[in-house]
Amino acid sequence: MTFPLLTTMYGLPLLAVLVIFFVPERRALAIKIVSLTASAAALGLAVWLFFAYDRGVGGLQFVERVPWLGVLGVNYFVGANGVNVMLLLLTGVIITAGVLASWDVTYRPKEFFILLLTLTTGVFGVFMAYNLFLFFLFYEVSVLPMYLLIGIWGTGKKEYAAMKLTLYLMAGSALILAGLLGLYFASGKGSFDFDILSTAAYDPLFQRVFFPILFVGFGTLAALWPFHTWSPDGHSSAPTAVSMLHAGVLMKLGAYGCLLVPITLLPGGARFWLPSVAFLSVINIVYGSLSAVAQRDLKYIVAYSSVSHMGIVMLGLASMNEIALNGAVLQMFSHGIMTGLFFGLVGMIYGRSHTRMVNEQGGLAARTPALAAFFVLTGLTSLGLPGLSGFPAELSVFLGAFRAYPVVTVICVTGIVFTAFYVLRVVQRLFFGRQFLAHPASAQSTTLGFGDANRIELTALSLLMLFILAVGLYPLPFTTLIGTAVAPIAAKLGGM
Amino acid sequence: MPEQVLAAVLIPLFPLAAFVLAIAVSRRRSVLSAAASIAGIGAAFLLSLWVLRGQVLSPGPLQADIPWLAAGSIRISMGILVDPLSSLMLVIITAVSLLVQVYSLGYMKGDLGFGRFFSYLSLFSFSMLTLVLADNFILLYMGWELVGLCSYLLIGFWYQKPEAASAAKKAFVVNRVGDFGFLIGILVLSILSGTLSYGEATRFIAGGSLAPGQVTLIALLLFCGAIGKSGQFPLHVWLPDAMEGPTPVSALIHSATMVAAGVFMVARLYGIFMTSADALRVIASLGAFTAVFAALIALAQDDIKRILAYSTISQLGYMMLALGVGGYAAGMFHLTTHAAFKTLLFLGAGSVIHAVGTNDIWKMGGLGRRMPVTAITFFIAVLAIAGIFPVSGFWSKDEILQAARASGHLELYIVALVTVFLTGFYMARLFFVAFAGEPRAESHAHESPVVMTVPLVILGVLAAGLGLIGSPLLGQDIQRFLAPVEEHIGGLNIAVLVQSSALAVVGILAAVMVYGLRIVQPETLRRAAGPVYVVLKHKFFIDELYMALVRGLFFTTTAGIAWFDRHVVDGVVNFVGAASKWGGDVVRRGVTGKVQSYALVVVWGLAAALLVIFL
Repeated sequence: MTFPLLTTMYGLPLLAVLVIFFVPERRALAIKIVSLTASAAALGLAVWLFFAYDRGVGGLQFVERVPWLGVLGVNYFVGANGVNVMLLLLTGVIITAGVLASWDVTYRPKEFFILLLTLTTGVFGVFMAYNLFLFFLFYEVSVLPMYLLIGIWGTGKKEYAAMKLTLYLMAGSALILAGLLGLYFASGKGSFDFDILSTAAYDPLFQRVFFPILFVGFGTLAALWPFHTWSPDGHSSAPTAVSMLHAGVLMKLGAYGCLLVPITLLPGGARFWLPSVAFLSVINIVYGSLSAVAQRDLKYIVAYSSVSHMGIVMLGLASMNEIALNGAVLQMFSHGIMTGLFFGLVGMIYGRSHTRMVNEQGGLAARTPALAAFFVLTGLTSLGLPGLSGFPAELSVFLGAFRAYPVVTVICVTGIVFTAFYVLRVVQRLFFGRQFLAHPASAQSTTLGFGDANRIELTALSLLMLFILAVGLYPLPFTTLIGTAVAPIAAKLGGM
Repeated sequence: MPEQVLAAVLIPLFPLAAFVLAIAVSRRRSVLSAAASIAGIGAAFLLSLWVLRGQVLSPGPLQADIPWLAAGSIRISMGILVDPLSSLMLVIITAVSLLVQVYSLGYMKGDLGFGRFFSYLSLFSFSMLTLVLADNFILLYMGWELVGLCSYLLIGFWYQKPEAASAAKKAFVVNRVGDFGFLIGILVLSILSGTLSYGEATRFIAGGSLAPGQVTLIALLLFCGAIGKSGQFPLHVWLPDAMEGPTPVSALIHSATMVAAGVFMVARLYGIFMTSADALRVIASLGAFTAVFAALIALAQDDIKRILAYSTISQLGYMMLALGVGGYAAGMFHLTTHAAFKTLLFLGAGSVIHAVGTNDIWKMGGLGRRMPVTAITFFIAVLAIAGIFPVSGFWSKDEILQAARASGHLELYIVALVTVFLTGFYMARLFFVAFAGEPRAESHAHESPVVMTVPLVILGVLAAGLGLIGSPLLGQDIQRFLAPVEEHIGGLNIAVLVQSSALAVVGILAAVMVYGLRIVQPETLRRAAGPVYVVLKHKFFIDELYMALVRGLFFTTTAGIAWFDRHVVDGVVNFVGAASKWGGDVVRRGVTGKVQSYALVVVWGLAAALLVIFL
């Protein structure tokens, strides 16, 4: 039997959860080291997978398939295609950086890391499961710990935000469950295995009815307008690492679900509904970026920025051609890393100045040059500067989307102007100009009494930035990899 | 000739390597940053000269590329194109960069960000060289955005100064507005022509495969990018504010090289622009308008760098005019001479600012005797920009005027002539107020150190003599090199020559009368101009208009959307939440858990049922 690479990947954080159960609460450092080791090892496996995946062959590789509840068509079936490889890599990077960013968690660290790693296990699982029952199982595992993480370790109106987010995502899950059962019964194949379901011929009416059910279910998690309002509240109340994982990985989980299930399995429904999705994605992009302009709280700005950038993913998915789909997946990866950086940085700034309001602090660059440099680079990624990962991703989406929806795409491209505006305005207010800090809790002072990023923070930031630069400087290995997975989908959709 | 291509590939890579090294050591060993940066650009300069020599000896396009992105049918490569146009640009960029960097050794001495400054300059050189070497639209766009980034970083170099931080943001955002059109143009072109390479796209479009309206659309969209980058009306507003950056930056980026990228882009894609007469007419008209518009504003400014900034806008308008009326070689020739004399003007201004510590020309005066090298070289540059025989600007400006006249658009020719007069006037005003007369403010002005004056002298020689290479007296080598097949490289046109020289001289003399000899007092002139002066002083109130639009329209819209999101979209969500909670509360009353109340319901129900049955 070959080495079960994929199972090991999600098994590592799960194992760490079990280990942490037996570590006493007061040994916080040991808990963190266990968490970091497991995350870094999982990241190592994801990197290895990235290089080991055979691009010439394509398709599902590293498949593990074990019969489980055979009668119901429920099997243990995991595998990875080009898209999975990218998203597993993303998860590995974000969780490793997230653990590093949580190094200063002092309140009940044991439970915190247990929940964080449970969530990670679920996310890894979703990105490799090819039995829809297993898929849904992992999906729920990744969504539920969020409630406790925000409710206990959050800030601000955390109970409200946690409840809202959980209920919202549960509503999405209900739609997904209904949709998945529909697929199962309508196929007549008696199996939840993805490859078996994808051979089923669903009748056109079924496709048109079930496509929106599944798409909205997953789309909620991807902040598809108008189902996005959980995101600003949720992100702004969540602790740093949770925001990073949530915006960085969980939102991608929604977009991935849209691509994997409704778009791939119901191409007829996709052709019927995706033009409407393109319309919604315009709202996501333009409305999201304009909302970000009006915000004053850093986390709200980043959250609306995420709404806007996920709109680009949705536009790519809605365009039905290979160029745009490739760009959409690259954008998932790019946005995941970028928003991880953003939330990480916001957490680090908050940890120093104890305010997230843009207008209550200024001139931080003189005190925290490294944080400023990382923030500027992240901002530049988000406004699509060449050399950083946002550019190839957005360019591919726009090049592809313009073929399918020229007018819609032109409106979406205005987003690059608005994004430049709010990003650079934040940079200007926060880092440039005169140094000041005006937080009600602290005394008015003209100089800021805190220092630059420490080693652990720098490690987390550099790890994330490494991937931004890798994709931005040389996207070819990434686009080739993604291409092996999205080409068959595009062919099925028949997009030009 | 593969070694020429190899050299061309290395040209941007040297400054890139210098950037990486310089930024790494910028905080601890800033001198090493400067050394690496100058070594990198020096090597790039020598290689550029060698590549230019190769192109002069045997002109002809050479290409090389490596794949960079593949998605579906799209293949994007990092490809370079070496031909007369790009090899000329390589030399201009590396030469100006080298001189400016050497000059900066003196100008930026003692600045806390010394190392950072040089690393940004190297990044800029890399980006700009990439931009001119690109053989496809995507790489062009990438270089285009990266030079914009460098401009942003360098305008905001003194980031603790609020004006600098604000000017940097403004520059980037205003450029983004132009780039929006540019990007859409690239998208349209990629769909209609199915390619992203210059060569294929130009052949496809020049071959008449598209409808005229489509070509015009593509050309004008691409031109939007040039409007932003080259500071053409109505997106010129960022360039004067960009003067908040250190003066060597203004010389390198905001006059000689980056802002000329828009002109270069039109020249590079001339095969596409030429196919649409409508697009060319728009370019010529906008260029001519910008030329006179900015020259008018320059008349009433008091900040030495802002005067020069408006003169840059005006001169870029001139180049656009040239390209618009078919003077491809004339436009590029003017770009070349302008690079020399405008860099000189800015570096001279920097030398002055370094000495007197102010930008206000009315606080200078009498600098001629104290700073002779600066004054003499500055004067040469003034003659060059005004277009006085036989200094460089004379020849290139003359070519543009000839092209404008030959195009048959008399109005464009007249506007260009008016601009010649205005240019002579405002430049002479600047020179005589700053350098002549008596010192007006107490200062200990002295000549700048040698690292600063040597670049001035070298540029002075270039500003004086460079025009001769393109002069009709000596065979117009630059024009023939750039456009060997173009027919209408004008010879010596005496009528144009006399008209333009006369106007330039009149402009200068008028300024001398007011600001030099004081036959008419400046104050009298200002009062006589009355409201005209106010309008010019406030730059036609364009900035105020834009601010009102941003505040009134844009911020209202964003606030409205944010409110809508919070209260309407999220309001529905909260309503659903509240409604289910309320519904739950209502239903919950029935489930009290008290057996007595359940029994009561059973009894009453039974009674009701019996009643119904029996009645």
